Amino acid sequence: MTTQKLLKTTAFYALVVVIVVFSVFPFYYAIVTSFSTGTELFKVNYFPRSFDWSNYTRVLGQRNFAQSILNSVFIATTTVVFALFLAVTASYALARVRFRGRGLLLMTILAVSMFPQIAVLAGLFELIRFIGIFNTPWAMILSYTIFTLPFTVWVLTTFMRDLPVEIEEAAIVDGATPWIVITRVFLPLLWPALVTTGLLAFIGAWNEFLFALTFTSSETTRTVPVAIGLLSGASQQEIPWGPIMAASVIVTVPLVILVLIFQRKIVAGLTAGGVKG
Amino acid sequence: MTAAPIAPRKAGTRELSLQQQRQRAAFWFLAPMLFALICVAAWPLLRTIWFSFTDTTLSNLYGGKWIGLDNYLSMRTLSSGKVIYRGTLVDPAWWNAVWNTVRFAITSVLIETVLGLIVALVLNAEFKGRGLVRAAILIPWAIPTIVSAKMWAWMLNDQFGIINDILLSVGLIDQKIAWTASTDTAMYAVLMVDIWKTTPFMALLILAGLQMVPRDIYEAAKLDGINPVKVFFKVTLPLIRPALMVAVIFRMLDALRVFDLVYVLTPNSAATKTMSVISRENMIDFDKFAYGAAQSTLLFAILAVFVSLYIWLGRVDLSGDSKQ
Amino acid sequence: MEFSMKAAALRSTVAAFALASFGAAPVAAEELFYVSGAVGNAVENFKALVKPWEEATGNTVTLVPMPASTTDQFAQYRLWLAAGTSDIDLFQTDVIWAPQLADHFVDLTEVAKDLAPQHFPSIIESQTVNGKLVALPIFTDAPALYYRKDLLEKHGASVPKTWEELTATAQKIQDAERAEGKADLWGFVWQGNAYEGLTCNALEWVKSFGGGQIVEPDGTISINNEKAVQALDTVKGWVGTISPDGVLAYQEEEARGVWQTGNAVFMRNWPYAYGLGNGDDSAVKGLFDVAPLPVGGDNPTSAATLGGWNVAVSKYSTKQEAAISLALYLAGPEAQKQRAINESNLPTIVSLYDDADIAAAQPIIPRWKDVFLQAVPRPSAPTKGKYNEVSSKFWSAVHNTLSGNGTAAENLELLEVELTDIKGSGW
Repeated sequence: MTTQKLLKTTAFYALVVVIVVFSVFPFYYAIVTSFSTGTELFKVNYFPRSFDWSNYTRVLGQRNFAQSILNSVFIATTTVVFALFLAVTASYALARVRFRGRGLLLMTILAVSMFPQIAVLAGLFELIRFIGIFNTPWAMILSYTIFTLPFTVWVLTTFMRDLPVEIEEAAIVDGATPWIVITRVFLPLLWPALVTTGLLAFIGAWNEFLFALTFTSSETTRTVPVAIGLLSGASQQEIPWGPIMAASVIVTVPLVILVLIFQRKIVAGLTAGGVKG
Repeated sequence: MTAAPIAPRKAGTRELSLQQQRQRAAFWFLAPMLFALICVAAWPLLRTIWFSFTDTTLSNLYGGKWIGLDNYLSMRTLSSGKVIYRGTLVDPAWWNAVWNTVRFAITSVLIETVLGLIVALVLNAEFKGRGLVRAAILIPWAIPTIVSAKMWAWMLNDQFGIINDILLSVGLIDQKIAWTASTDTAMYAVLMVDIWKTTPFMALLILAGLQMVPRDIYEAAKLDGINPVKVFFKVTLPLIRPALMVAVIFRMLDALRVFDLVYVLTPNSAATKTMSVISRENMIDFDKFAYGAAQSTLLFAILAVFVSLYIWLGRVDLSGDSKQ
Repeated sequence: MEFSMKAAALRSTVAAFALASFGAAPVAAEELFYVSGAVGNAVENFKALVKPWEEATGNTVTLVPMPASTTDQFAQYRLWLAAGTSDIDLFQTDVIWAPQLADHFVDLTEVAKDLAPQHFPSIIESQTVNGKLVALPIFTDAPALYYRKDLLEKHGASVPKTWEELTATAQKIQDAERAEGKADLWGFVWQGNAYEGLTCNALEWVKSFGGGQIVEPDGTISINNEKAVQALDTVKGWVGTISPDGVLAYQEEEARGVWQTGNAVFMRNWPYAYGLGNGDDSAVKGLFDVAPLPVGGDNPTSAATLGGWNVAVSKYSTKQEAAISLALYLAGPEAQKQRAINESNLPTIVSLYDDADIAAAQPIIPRWKDVFLQAVPRPSAPTKGKYNEVSSKFWSAVHNTLSGNGTAAENLELLEVELTDIKGSGW
C-alpha cells in the first residue's frame, strides 16, 4: 500500500516536472539567449555563458520602451475592466433570464469572432478614423474590448448558468434587484471564471500586434509587441535576437507576477459550500 | 441600470411581474454590449462581405463596382467554345488552404483538449508549489506570438537550433532535420508550437470549470470507494462539460483562423498555408482585395458551419432551457 | 500667379537641395511626417541627417518609425494610402514597392530631372512606372559572394568565376575539411526559404546563366527557357550536397548564422554581413572577402539583385511642396554621403563611389561598385501592382523545383502559364 502510494506520488510529481519543463523550457532558452550577443547567438548553449546585461540595458534604454509598457498596462487593464463589466451584465441576462432568441443572440455574438483579423482591419481602421480616436489608446481599447467580448460573454454565461437557482431565489425573496444579485451573490461565486477570463483577456490585449501597429502612428502611443517589433539590428536584414529575447523576458515577467497574485482567486471558487445546480 | 424592486404581494401576480421585471433588466443589461457590438463590429464585418461582391482593390478602396458572385465563381465561354471557370471556389490554392486549416484545427484542438485536461487535473490537485507551477504553465500563452514563433523558428533551425541538438544527443535522430523547410515536417513543427502555446489556454479554462465542481462530490465518491478513473468519467467530466465545450469552441475558432504562427514559422509553404494566410496574401500583398474578402467571407461561412455542427453534435445547450 | 507660385516652390526646392543658405525660407514653416522602417539608430541618425534641410527651409520633419519587417511595413503603407490618409507626407519605400503603390505617389520626373541622371540608371529605371518617376533612391543594396580566404588558400583554390567552379570548389573543400573532422562545415549557404529573398537569389541564377529576368522591361514573360532550366538544375544539385537541406528554410539571418560560426565556405548575402562578420566575436573575422556573384556557363555577366530604399511623396499630403523638397534633399549627394559615412548605407549616386571621404570612413563601400554595375532590378516596374503575385508564383516554382516537386522544366512551363494568366490583357 505505502509503496503503491509512493509510486503514485512519484509518478504525479514526474508528470508535474514534465509539464513544467515542456512549458518553461523555451522561455528558459529565451533567457539564456538574452544574455548572449554577437556570434554567441548562433551557438547552442544550455546555460548562460556569462551574465551580460547589455541586451537589457539596450532595450530599456530604447526610446519610449518604458512608455510602451505603461501604454500596454493601461490598455490591457482598461480593456479587461470594460470587457468584464459588459460581459457580466450581459451574461446574467443570457444565462439567468428566460427570453426568446437567446440561442440566436449567443450565436450572433460568436459571429464577431469568426472573421480573420486581417479582414476586419480596413473597416475598423475607417471607423477609428471616423470616431477620431486614431493614434490614441482608446483605438486599441475599443477594438480589443469588442473582439474579446464573444469570449468573455460565452465563458461567463456558461459558468453563470451553472450556479444554483436556489441561491438566486433566496436573494430575490429577500427583495434583491438583479443588480444586487449579480454583485453580491453571483460575483463571489464566479471568482475562478472571472479571474480566468480576465487573465486570458488581459494577455490577449497585452500581446496583440496587428491592430496596435495599424492604429498608432507615433512612438509614444505604441504598445509592447509593436515596440518589440521596432527593435532592429544595424541593417535591414539583421534580426537582433539578443534584444528581442531580453524584451520578451521583460514583458513576460509582469504577466507571471499577475498570475501569481491572482492564482489564489482561481482556486477560491465554490469551496465555500456552493452546490451544483 | 437597475430596475426598482417590486415588493412581493400575491403569488400569482408576483410570478408574472417578476418575470417581466427580469426581462426588462435583461434588456438593459444586454443593451450596452449589443450597442457596442453593432456599432463597432458590424461595420467592418458587413463591409468585408460587401467588398467580396465587388472588384475593389486597395489602390481604389472606394471605387469598387458590383460584380456579383464573380470572386467566388464565374463562368466564361471562350471563343473556341470551351467553358472555363474562375474564382475562389475553383482555385486549387484555396482548397489546399482549406484542407490544411481543417487538418491543423482538428489535430491541434484534439491534442490540446486532452493535454489541457491532464494539466488542469494536475493543477487541481493539492501539492506544494502549485501556485508557481500554475504561473509557469501559463508562460507559453503569455509570450507574444510574434516573439514565440520567431523563438521557435530559431530553436528549430537545422544547423544551430537547440531542438536538433537535444534530439541528436539523446539519440532520437541521427542527422539534423530541417524542420520548417521540409514539406513533410513543416506541419508537425507548426502543430508542435501551437500545442505548446495554447494548451495553457485550455488548461486554465478547464481548471476554472473544475474549481466550480464542489469538493463534497469527490468526498462522497471517495467514501463510497469508487475508482478515481470512474469518478472522472462519471462525475467530473459531465460536470465540467459546459466549460469544456466553450473552451473547445473558442480554440476551434482560433485554430481555424490561425495566422501569425504559420506566417512567421513557415511563410509561403504550401504545406502549411492556411485560409487566413491566403486571404491576407490576396488582400494585401497581391492587391486582390475583393478576392481576399471573398475568401474571408468563405472562411466565415466555414467557421459558422463548423461551430453549428459542433453545437448540434455536442448537444451544447445554447438557450440553457434545460436548466430552468 | 499660379505659375509664379510654382516657380517659387521650385526655387526653394532647388535651394534646399543645393543647400544654398538663403536663410530661412519665407514660407510658413511646415511640419512633415516621414515614415520609415527603423533600423539601428535610425531615429537619431535621421534627426542629424535632416538638420541642414530643416535649417535651410525652416520646416521640421518627424520620423515615424516602423518595424523593420518589410511585410508589416508594406501592409501598413497600403492601408494608410488606401484610406487616403494625410497624416503621412513621405514614405520610405522598398525598391519593389513604389511601382505597386504608384497611383498614390506624386510624379517626381519634372522636379528631379537634374538629379535623376546622377544615379545608377538601373535604380532609376526600377522606380519609373509608365514614364512616371514615383520615388527617388536614397540608398541601395546588392548582394555579393562571401568567400573564406583562408580555406581557399589552404586548399589551393581560387575565387570562383562561374557557378560550376563554385560547385566544384565548395565540394572539394567541404569533403577535405570534413575528412579532417569538421563535420558541420558546408560548402555554400544562401537564402532558399519560399519568400521574396528566394526571388532575389533565383533571379541572380537565371540572369547570370543568360536566362533573362523573369518578366522583361517591356512586359514579355521570358522565364520559360533553356538557360533558366539549366540554372535551376545546377542549384538543385547543391541542396543536400554543398548546401544543407535546411537551406530551403533559410533567410538572411540563418545563412549568416552558419557563416559567422565558421561553418560555410561560401555565402550569398547582402553587405550587412560584412561588418558583422568582422566583429570581434566572429569566428571568421578577417578570414573572408567578397566578390561579385559568379556567372553561369559561358554567359559573360553575372547578376546581383537590386535592393535598397527610396523616398516617395504621398499624393494625399497637404504639404507637398515641402515634402518634395525634402525628398530631393534626401536623394541628393549631400544626404547620401552623410548616410554612407554614418550608417554605411550604399549610395545610389555613381560619383560617390569615388569619394575620398567615404572611402576613408567606410572602405567597404567602393568595393561594392563592381557589384552595382551588374545589378539587376526585379520585374516590379513592368508588372506593377501584380508584382507580388508574380514574385510569389516565381519563388514557389523555384522552391518546388529545389525541394523535388517536379523538374525545373515542368515547373517553369507551368509558371509561364500562370504568369500569362495573371498578366491577362496586360500588366
